[in-house]
Amino acid sequence: MVSTAASKRPGVFRRWFLSRSMWQLYLLAAIPTAFIIIFNYLPMGGVLIAFKDYSIRKGIFGSDWAGLKYFDQLFSTPIFPDILKNTIILSLYSLIVGFPFPIILALAFNELRNGRVKKIAQTITFAPYFVSTVVVVSILMQVFSYRYGVVNAVIKMLGGEAIDFVGSSSFFRPAYVWSGVWQSAGYNSILYIAALSGIDVSLYEAASIDGASKLQKLWHIDLPGIRPTIIITLILNTGNVLSVGFEKVYLMQNSVNYGVSEIISTYVYKVGIEQAQFSFSTAVGLFNSVVNCVILFAVNWIAGRVSETSLF
Amino acid sequence: MQNIQTARGARSKVRHRIRLSTGDRVYLGVVYAFLILFVLIVLYPLLYVVSCSFSSPEALVSGRVFFLPVEPGLQGYKAVFQNPQVWSGYYNSIIYTVSGTLVSTVVTMVGGYVLSRREFKMRGVLTALFTFTMFFNGGTMPTYLLIKNLHMLDTIWAIILPGAFSVWLGVIARTYIQSNIPEELYESACLDGGDYFQHFLRIVLPLSKPILAVLALNFATGHWNSYFSAMIYLSDPDKFPLQIILRNILIQNTVDFTSISSMDVTNLVEKQYLAELLKYSLIIISSIPLLIVYPFIQKYFIKGIMVGSIKG
Repeated sequence: MVSTAASKRPGVFRRWFLSRSMWQLYLLAAIPTAFIIIFNYLPMGGVLIAFKDYSIRKGIFGSDWAGLKYFDQLFSTPIFPDILKNTIILSLYSLIVGFPFPIILALAFNELRNGRVKKIAQTITFAPYFVSTVVVVSILMQVFSYRYGVVNAVIKMLGGEAIDFVGSSSFFRPAYVWSGVWQSAGYNSILYIAALSGIDVSLYEAASIDGASKLQKLWHIDLPGIRPTIIITLILNTGNVLSVGFEKVYLMQNSVNYGVSEIISTYVYKVGIEQAQFSFSTAVGLFNSVVNCVILFAVNWIAGRVSETSLF
Repeated sequence: MQNIQTARGARSKVRHRIRLSTGDRVYLGVVYAFLILFVLIVLYPLLYVVSCSFSSPEALVSGRVFFLPVEPGLQGYKAVFQNPQVWSGYYNSIIYTVSGTLVSTVVTMVGGYVLSRREFKMRGVLTALFTFTMFFNGGTMPTYLLIKNLHMLDTIWAIILPGAFSVWLGVIARTYIQSNIPEELYESACLDGGDYFQHFLRIVLPLSKPILAVLALNFATGHWNSYFSAMIYLSDPDKFPLQIILRNILIQNTVDFTSISSMDVTNLVEKQYLAELLKYSLIIISSIPLLIVYPFIQKYFIKGIMVGSIKG
């Protein structure tokens, strides 16, 4: 047995082995590190242009310093308060609905006794996660379409007047949030289902002997059992309060709902890529990243204080 | 005695009927109702799209499709197949997905391996370097300028390289390697005169098939479904992936009527109807690769989440 021989005297073999081929480990490490440095850290250095009058001709380092000019410009932009408000409302709405829903779903799945039914139900609720954002948004628009949508077909059948959902600004937020639930609640519930299956069975047995009802078990065993998972997920989610997904919002945006659907990331895209205001756009993006980071650490700190579960 | 309930593992073995209290029965009723409702809500839009895609344009537009196809036919699919854009998009998406998945899986797996070696002195530094990028990034604009300065605009590299190393999947790979590949195998590789390259290629990779599947599938679905990087980095229509084509047709309503006019549809209204039907068929065609593999890949996604949830 090679392994026993080695485990008796690990030091000798290992030291010899290490000194001989450690360079290979460094070489391997260089691959992902290069990717991270080039595509993640170089752009972080690129945020310098938020403080400069960036011109493509002069480059990042050659451009003149502008100080906080672009931040002043941001805070004095008339629509900035609206954009900030839209971003916060949309992400809090998503958080309040989208965060507890997978937990409820997981707890419900946990009550299913029949393994096959459970598996089929999970497979179905999991499926929309694989549908692309473009397709989700277009399904949403087709189903709620004013002229051809099935929702309006039902309304008309029941004798009502067709409602122009897509063409009304009040439709945007609920549509965004609930289509998110539709798409990812099943996927997000898996984490909690995994945590629930890790709870010690004897706890349930003891509770049953004591005559606990199902609701009491849910409250006193299930929820405390998955509490660390809930808290970690909550911290990570609140850390993203200002980075509401660009992709879906951008696709759902139209001239009617612009007033509620313009958020920081879509604004960054418009002023940056479409209007080529590089420095200003970077300043907006930097503001967003910094606020996110601050919120993440704050929530993490509070969570550590209150529940003794935290990320770091 | 009647209150003793079997929990989890014992549930399947003990088959005798358990009498539930009224409260528990009400509770279970609510749980089942919730689950049934949610599964139906998730399932219905998917079913609706499939049914629409096989219906006739007139039936669709007049709002007669609710559950099953009405006046079944393949007109929508014929229209899609005559659209050259869809084909070139399909082709490009396959290229981007295959090459992107390959690069990402290799880089991320190497990253996971390096982080799993406890004797590697740079491990802590690299973990910190990598993890930081999960919470802070340079933003859209600096990344765009970087890609521009690297002369990668309008090339495949802009699509497959920037996100090639995924930190959270790398951490999942690390956790998997650490907890599933015994250290004794590493020691025996030392004794056989092996080095790190051989340990990685001959021992770790063959034993990491499940986690390789997790990585590859995550990257593949990500590439297949993404449109953001293509939208900002690509401007040549011949290089557009399928999701961009989908966005143009489905959401921006730019159906190329010339492709439809080659069919014997002369009436403009009918063309419009067909353009409406085409959307549903297009959704199905674009989702086919995922629909086919979904039943097989689902468990790997679940596995990825499970491994990822282990704090390590």
